[in-house]
Amino acid sequence: MAILVVADHDNHTLAAATLNTLAAAQQIGGEIVVLVAGLDVCGVAFAAAEVAGVSKVLVADDAAYAHQLPENVAPLVANLGRDFSHVLAPATSNGKNLLPRVAALLDVDQISEIIAVVSADTFKRPIYAGNAIATVQSSAAVKVITVRSTGFDAVPGTGGGAVIEPLKGATDARLSTFVSAQLATCDRPELTAAKVVVSGGRGMGNGDNFKYLYSLADKLGAGVGASRAAVDAGFVPNDMQVGQTGKIVAPQLYIAVGISGAIQHLAGMKDSKVIVAINKDEEAPIFQVADYGLVGDLFELVPALTSSL
Amino acid sequence: MKVLVAIKRVVDYNVKVRVKADNTGVDLANVKMAMNPFCEIAVEEAVRLKEQGVASEIVVVSVGPGTAQEQLRTALALGADRAILVEVADELNSLAVAKALQAIVDKEQPQLVILGKQAIDSDNNQTGQMLAALTGYAQGTFASKVEVAGDKLNVTREIDGGLQTVSLNLPAIVTTDLRLNEPRYASLPNIMKAKKKPLQTLTAQALGLSFTSTSKTLKVEAPIARGAGVKVKSVAELVEKLKNEAKVI
Repeated sequence: MAILVVADHDNHTLAAATLNTLAAAQQIGGEIVVLVAGLDVCGVAFAAAEVAGVSKVLVADDAAYAHQLPENVAPLVANLGRDFSHVLAPATSNGKNLLPRVAALLDVDQISEIIAVVSADTFKRPIYAGNAIATVQSSAAVKVITVRSTGFDAVPGTGGGAVIEPLKGATDARLSTFVSAQLATCDRPELTAAKVVVSGGRGMGNGDNFKYLYSLADKLGAGVGASRAAVDAGFVPNDMQVGQTGKIVAPQLYIAVGISGAIQHLAGMKDSKVIVAINKDEEAPIFQVADYGLVGDLFELVPALTSSL
Repeated sequence: MKVLVAIKRVVDYNVKVRVKADNTGVDLANVKMAMNPFCEIAVEEAVRLKEQGVASEIVVVSVGPGTAQEQLRTALALGADRAILVEVADELNSLAVAKALQAIVDKEQPQLVILGKQAIDSDNNQTGQMLAALTGYAQGTFASKVEVAGDKLNVTREIDGGLQTVSLNLPAIVTTDLRLNEPRYASLPNIMKAKKKPLQTLTAQALGLSFTSTSKTLKVEAPIARGAGVKVKSVAELVEKLKNEAKVI
């Protein structure tokens, strides 16, 4: 039994979610091979080879893979995947874009966003926005799985010594081309990797008021998120959305400010260790999951909290 | 161009589902059903393309139970021209749905297929990507903007770090994210008109399909409940609790 883990990266840095996926791979058991497909990915390949428990890193370095276009990467992963018992990828936007295409090429069902490994063929995954947990068994010759990072503690990024093996013969399907990317630049920790997350909802009123959250986040070394309501209202960009269809986070401390607590939002943060809710409506559903609730005007309470830290 | 939109009948997004006592699934008896919200966005996008003169015909398809006719009628009321129901008795996995949709794509030859990025029941986020693999078409997933540019389709996608724009050859598969558009409501006259629009029902057998599955659900459980905590009276008390009780700051 051998497991192929598709690394997520931006051609420069190995995405942290890959380490959580490798933890799931270790729980399944067997030899672990990492695929790094991209352009000029030497650094990523070396980083992957350093990870404890990885035996081999396959490197597909070609312009066709530069932007993770699934039309090009999926045939590569499917062809390699035939020789493995499992193909795993993090449930990041890249993994979610790529892996179902791989599963269909292999003619197998995919198991999405697992949060626990029961055995080598049986996994747990949330359905209905996390309101139910399904235990799913796969009989596929190659089990194609995306891994939700919050379900698994990351493996150490050091201590390994995998061999690196370059792959030859990339093909460009010529179905799609990359045009542009608008990526948020931010000095704060990435949401899904942050130990503390401060999120704002509709109660923030406008995008400018998020400055109160940024000040608090900077004191705590926190990432800043938002509810769908705040993103839909145009307060902040989409990549800040925490929830069923946005990012799934499980930090040590989650501070929800001006967020009522819709089911879809709770699905993205209810596995946080400690939840604090600040809201003026004491009946808000967020208080039903919060360890500590503070009822009142966020525009007074948040600056007061910031200055008392 | 002809646009095909695939939709799914799911539990209404406002319903908080309950797991059945025997752990075989969630209780769907007497629960309000609706069109999956991401599929509503897919229908809306197709209707806007028709209003812009880009789309010539909108065909809406659902792979599901006979009752999914309700959601197909809703799509017709929103502006789709005709509907196809591929009637299946059992809940299918995404790959089986993608294979059924592939058969419809073969018949209808659309230039563009729009689907929701995920259904809010199974939360799979697979069908569009799988249909793209089976048809060999390009895919623009998690779309927040779709623009036809000559014989190409520009799709702006919501990704982890922000936005990415790709140019796709047509025909192409698009899956919708939340910010693509805000769906309209069907007007009463359009709901009446929709009753007269054609709705064709096909069986999997008629399409020459047989479904095999490589996965099965063993059980469905309720998640471990998270109890409500305490309300604190002041910021000072909150900080004290976070430091000394929770020990997270």
